[in-house]
Amino acid sequence: MRLLSCEDLCMHYDSINAVCHVDFSVEEGDYLCVVGENGSGKSTLMKGILGLLPPSHGRVVFSGLSQNEIGYLPQQTVVQRDFPASVWEVVLSGCNSRRGWHPFYSKEDANRANEMLLLLNMEHVKNRSYRELSGGQQQRVLLARALCATEKLLLLDEPAAGLDPTATAELYQIIKDLNQKRGVTVIMVSHDMKNAVAYGTKILHMATHVQFFGPTDEYMKTEAFARLSGGAHHND
Amino acid sequence: MIDLFSIFSYTFMARALAVGLLVALCAALLGVCLVLKRYSMIGDGLSHVGFGALSFAMAMNLAPLAVSVPVVVLAAFFLLRLSENSKIKGDAAIAIVSSSALALGVIVTSLAGGMNADVHNYMFGSILAMSRGDVILSIALSLAVLILFILLYHNIFAVTFDENFARATGLNVRLYNMLIALLTAITVVVGMRMMGSLLMSSLIIFPALTAMRLFKSFKAVVLCAAITSMLCFFIGMVMSFYCAVPTGASVVIVSLFVFILFSTVAKLGVQKK
Repeated sequence: MRLLSCEDLCMHYDSINAVCHVDFSVEEGDYLCVVGENGSGKSTLMKGILGLLPPSHGRVVFSGLSQNEIGYLPQQTVVQRDFPASVWEVVLSGCNSRRGWHPFYSKEDANRANEMLLLLNMEHVKNRSYRELSGGQQQRVLLARALCATEKLLLLDEPAAGLDPTATAELYQIIKDLNQKRGVTVIMVSHDMKNAVAYGTKILHMATHVQFFGPTDEYMKTEAFARLSGGAHHND
Repeated sequence: MIDLFSIFSYTFMARALAVGLLVALCAALLGVCLVLKRYSMIGDGLSHVGFGALSFAMAMNLAPLAVSVPVVVLAAFFLLRLSENSKIKGDAAIAIVSSSALALGVIVTSLAGGMNADVHNYMFGSILAMSRGDVILSIALSLAVLILFILLYHNIFAVTFDENFARATGLNVRLYNMLIALLTAITVVVGMRMMGSLLMSSLIIFPALTAMRLFKSFKAVVLCAAITSMLCFFIGMVMSFYCAVPTGASVVIVSLFVFILFSTVAKLGVQKK
């Protein structure tokens, strides 16, 4: 079943055409990695999907979920690093959109937050302070929060940025499990080419327009892949 | 103890205590958000704008609160826009606005007859300045701030912790930022007459920073900030009565003392571990 599709999507960012005539769709159960160089329109496209920036042409169509039902894992901000909040408070805030106009969280919301903590194996740090956790643990907490918002679609923005190799491997494994065992659809924006092709089932290669969109094994035969992953190796 | 009761048998002291405690409470609640969002300086800028507006109202013989509330609310939205706009550095812009407003206030006052006792009171605060109408208006405004904060607590947390996530889950982040700015503006105007425009921002910044030394969850920080803020205000006010010094200044000094106390306890706690 189709979850969302971008139809001839164009977007401006600072009066630059950041995203031009982009067409692609995401099916239920997909693990789509969005790759491309800096300034290729990856983040702008993501903002378009989330509805944070309006399209200048074309549209994003959702079916079976609404735009604010996306489990979003943003990049960490400076504010968060020393923010006094318990893990529980952070995870529960993922239920915010379900709460509606009710001023407090319901028992259901609390149960859901508990379930997600258990799922990500984080219930033992429930009462710890978010800022005292390691980078990998913080990402897991934010992932639990995203899952509280929805279990249908996760949108991850460079989730492994700033993590050490062990934590990175752990995080990719968790995301893979969520995708395969719980059927969570994943869209991941990534610089990490090696892991993108190792875990993603589909690739969207952006260069303002769509350079490639399709299954990972086909992508690995293309010149675009050779060029981008070659560059990545040099960086290593 | 008997002495404490007798202080508040003076009408002006009882009024000042009621308004002061409410303002201290509101300022502490909002202060936690402002400090965490790196907007601490907005409170400072607003109190200076408030001073400008008050001097203007006085020179024109207008009701002080009726003039300063709308002016400061407008300034709050303006400063918020400046902070959101990454092209202008927010803190520098606030400094410009705040010193300009202060300068304007001083000029208007001196043209209208020189620095009198009232202007002095607005700069450094006075508990004698409250009329009955002021007290009722102040209490109503503070209660409104308090009720909104409690009802919207979880949304305020979401917006403070992670604007991007909150926006993606359909929360109107801009509306909440404006609401926080609006509530801050009201609190600043109500509070600055007692604390003085030069010292008002301490009521916003100190409690949050103090609470963050020791507490690690948002709820605990908010509660601790609220309690320490009211306690510091109360002690500061009693001290100002006995030592015959301005209330604002003595509240700031008490707050500073509590801040140092909390920081020391936090340091000792870390060393023990």
